[in-house]
Amino acid sequence: MIRLEKRPQPSRQMALATPLLAVLATMVFGGLLFAVLGKDPVQSILTIFWQPLFGEFAFYYRPQLLVKGAPLVLIAMGLALGFRAGIWNIGAEGQYIMGAICGAAVALAFYPLDAWWIFPLMVICGGLGGFLWAMIPGLLKVKFGTNEILVSLMLVYVAEQFLSSMSLGLLKNPEGYGFPGSRNLQQYASAHNAEIIAGSGMHWGVVAALIAVIFAYVLLTRHRLGFAIRVTGEAPRAARFGGVNPARLVLFCLGASGMLAGLAGMFEVAGPAGQITIDFNVGYGFTAIIVAFLGRLHPIGILLAGALMALTYIGGDIAQSQLGLPAAAIQVFQGMLLFFLLALDVLTNYRLRFGAAEVA
Amino acid sequence: MTFTKLMATAALTLGLATGAFAQDKTKVGFVFVGPVGDGGWTYEHNQGRLAVEKEFGDKVETVYVESVAEGPDSERVMTQMALDGADLIFTTSFGYMDPTINVAAKFPNVKFEHATGYKRADNVSTYSARFYEGRAIQGHIAGAMTKSNIVGYIGSFPIPEVIRGINSAYIHAKKVNPDVQFKIIWAYTWFDPAKEADAAKVLIEQGADVILQHTDSTAPQAAAQKAGNVITFGQASDMAQYAPMPRVSSIIDNWAPYYIARTKAVMDGTWASTDTWDGIGPGMVGIGEISDAVPAEVKAEALALKDKIASGEYHPFTGPLKKQDGSDWLAEGETADDGTLAGMNFYVEGIEGDIPQ
Amino acid sequence: MDLSVINPILLLAALMSAATPILLAATGELVVERAGVLNLGVEGMMIVGAIAGFIVAVNTGSPALGFIGAAAGGAVLSLLFVFLTQVALANQVASGLGLTLFGLGLSALMGQSYVGVKPPRMADLDLGPLSDIPVLGRILFSHDAMVYIGLLIVLGVWAGLKFTRAGLVLRAVGENHDAAHALGYKVKRIRTLAILFGGACAGMGGAYISLIRVPQWTEGMTAGVGWIALALVVFASWKPWRVLLGAYLFGGITQLQLNLQGAGVAIPVEYLAMSPYIVTIIVLVILSADKSRAPGSLGRIFHASH
Repeated sequence: MIRLEKRPQPSRQMALATPLLAVLATMVFGGLLFAVLGKDPVQSILTIFWQPLFGEFAFYYRPQLLVKGAPLVLIAMGLALGFRAGIWNIGAEGQYIMGAICGAAVALAFYPLDAWWIFPLMVICGGLGGFLWAMIPGLLKVKFGTNEILVSLMLVYVAEQFLSSMSLGLLKNPEGYGFPGSRNLQQYASAHNAEIIAGSGMHWGVVAALIAVIFAYVLLTRHRLGFAIRVTGEAPRAARFGGVNPARLVLFCLGASGMLAGLAGMFEVAGPAGQITIDFNVGYGFTAIIVAFLGRLHPIGILLAGALMALTYIGGDIAQSQLGLPAAAIQVFQGMLLFFLLALDVLTNYRLRFGAAEVA
Repeated sequence: MTFTKLMATAALTLGLATGAFAQDKTKVGFVFVGPVGDGGWTYEHNQGRLAVEKEFGDKVETVYVESVAEGPDSERVMTQMALDGADLIFTTSFGYMDPTINVAAKFPNVKFEHATGYKRADNVSTYSARFYEGRAIQGHIAGAMTKSNIVGYIGSFPIPEVIRGINSAYIHAKKVNPDVQFKIIWAYTWFDPAKEADAAKVLIEQGADVILQHTDSTAPQAAAQKAGNVITFGQASDMAQYAPMPRVSSIIDNWAPYYIARTKAVMDGTWASTDTWDGIGPGMVGIGEISDAVPAEVKAEALALKDKIASGEYHPFTGPLKKQDGSDWLAEGETADDGTLAGMNFYVEGIEGDIPQ
Repeated sequence: MDLSVINPILLLAALMSAATPILLAATGELVVERAGVLNLGVEGMMIVGAIAGFIVAVNTGSPALGFIGAAAGGAVLSLLFVFLTQVALANQVASGLGLTLFGLGLSALMGQSYVGVKPPRMADLDLGPLSDIPVLGRILFSHDAMVYIGLLIVLGVWAGLKFTRAGLVLRAVGENHDAAHALGYKVKRIRTLAILFGGACAGMGGAYISLIRVPQWTEGMTAGVGWIALALVVFASWKPWRVLLGAYLFGGITQLQLNLQGAGVAIPVEYLAMSPYIVTIIVLVILSADKSRAPGSLGRIFHASH
């Protein structure tokens, strides 16, 4: 009989070791899955994990890791602040969409004006769009005590319908022969979130993601607010006695995560994606939740987790193309990775005890 | 380290790191927007890929990536295929248009083929199918066979491609049956079988005894079968499992001849950038067998119409035609130009309702 | 525009069938949430149920066996969630999202050779003279068996929660797991059973789509119904009869929207499609003033410390 015994303190070694163990376990079981599908397991794993980093064309894939990872990190960082305080914003996808729509709408409103202030204005409006969208669950929670998990999730579907309406209506490219979708902002220099150094993958969204990580790190370790967040998550009642204002904390956490998600959407639409379309959102908001947990809600961890997740996407696509693995297999593989991480996380906070349970 | 990286980047932009190296096999890449198991759009493109493999055997290698999101993911997948030495890349969704152009600019030696778009370059061709030709035949059968004079039409999104199909079907239904009326429901989705089924049921309940669909699942077929005396047409694939009733015929996306021809052109070194918009004649649009549920004379007329369209003798959009608002569009004997058709955003006279904006 | 073409009898009849998948999934999720567990993996369990049921039905030729297979499929997938959240004490939000991701992939792999296959048809239940009653017969008594099974499950859940000891224990566990534990209830065992029940219901809901409503198999065919089911549980404020009402309302908006389009009414489809979600949020706000609220321990991890 195996029993769990709570550790007095979370184990630091385990906190570091479990992600590695999880990746290893995923490789083993993923390899088995690929073998069942009739592919060479070793080669499949190498294609997913090795090729993008050190393969022949790594010079192209490494920058792509930044492009794919930046929105994930940016969103996950904001979410992690709330998650740590026990505030569950799972509607980042909606905030991402609204940020993108607001940012793009600003650019399209001024098209084809050539001015330096357009892009900064887009950044502000993009962040604001996500912020305001997240304020809906925030204010409702503070005012009425509604559950933010459900409200933020509902708002994702509202945002998706709004996106479809925008790409078919108001923001549709007037020169697009009636097809849905806006003008391409990549071709509008004042609004284009271009690579800062060509070929580096480093666009302003990547910069923002790095700033967010540093900012969050400082906030959580050095600032009073960070302390409030941690205490609220670990011991909500103690936090209240300690003078933490829970309402303000809810608004801060939801607002910050909404703003970062909105920014991610705005940087994406102005840069790599280029245009608002019906299918603009590809699930970054949901994947970011996974990234936040993969990264143990820790800024550095999230940075690494975002990179790992981006790696499985990029490597997964390479494996599809080179080895003919179906996309579904990659999805299952990513699911496994998450399961192992979640399951092994128990070792950080608990000790396994073998033997019969004592009678309490 | 930095130096080699720079070199490599330079090579990339100059297109040296591409399939320009001598190879014994021609490598053809396919970027799919949905899963190959969608039973519709992507499924048929994948059938085209398999046909290329079958045709050229050892001389060709095909690769594909499915469920690729439009936007940066598609750009990365295309670049990856080009880096891996693809000679020819088919990108099979409208949303891949700008990414295709971007990647093509980096790899001048790789040929790209973008489906349903309108942007071309020296190494980017576009191709699409004149599905409206098939719609004309459907419209004819629908108009001849409807007893309630109500034809239901399930549209995906109100875009030119779909509107063109509605107009073409309506014009030809009206020709054989002046009393025919079209009921159009927009599903606002490319793919949601349950919603398609619901839309079909609603149309049937509102009196439609013919269902035309511009969505890819067989859900409307099953709904019609359950309802009884309702006929349908297969969309994208033949959907023969629902023949002879309710499915009386179908429009089949047949990309195989085009994919084989373009692959051959790359092998022979004769590939050039073109804008292909093929219909029934070259075989890009297939008309599935018209089943025995259709009266013999209607079937004969439909086949005659098909032959006339295939030979180019008849254009489905031939005047006199007016727009919905009553303004003149085409004069007697005049045929629609491809530009107007490509961007079609109006109904022809007689169709009720507005195109949603 | 001609509203007379909309036949309210047929509209209501269609509603009963169209609402069944969300009704089944939401009822299952309701039990899970009443036990204090938030499983966001409904979509994943539904799609696995859809393909599992499809495979069984095609190979045995029996839709009824298909539904049993679907329930088993959904329940087996939910076991993964049980392991993560009840044994490894992982976060429920992340585990649920992972379950959906995994389920979508797994179902696609399972269904590779079933694309384009036509499943055996499930006959409408013959209710004899009942079906011949004017109006009501068409609305209420002309459906396949699963519609009624779905209603029976709602009835059973309602009665079970309200009148049985098991229901009482389940609610106690959901309200306050520490107190329930102190009273000697097996919190984990009860939650495990609830999650399995939720998985089975979601699986049957998925199979209703793949075997009856559509019927065919294509990847990702549940197209987000599982998320609607989650919304529905909240909308219903964790009460079985309100789930039924909500399922008809949610399904009804879609049906009405399609009917209005067919009748030629120009409606902004996107805005109508948003409305169920907005209504759910409004309901949430109204509920917050009401005593009926979320189970106290919803989403929290339970570990018996002694």
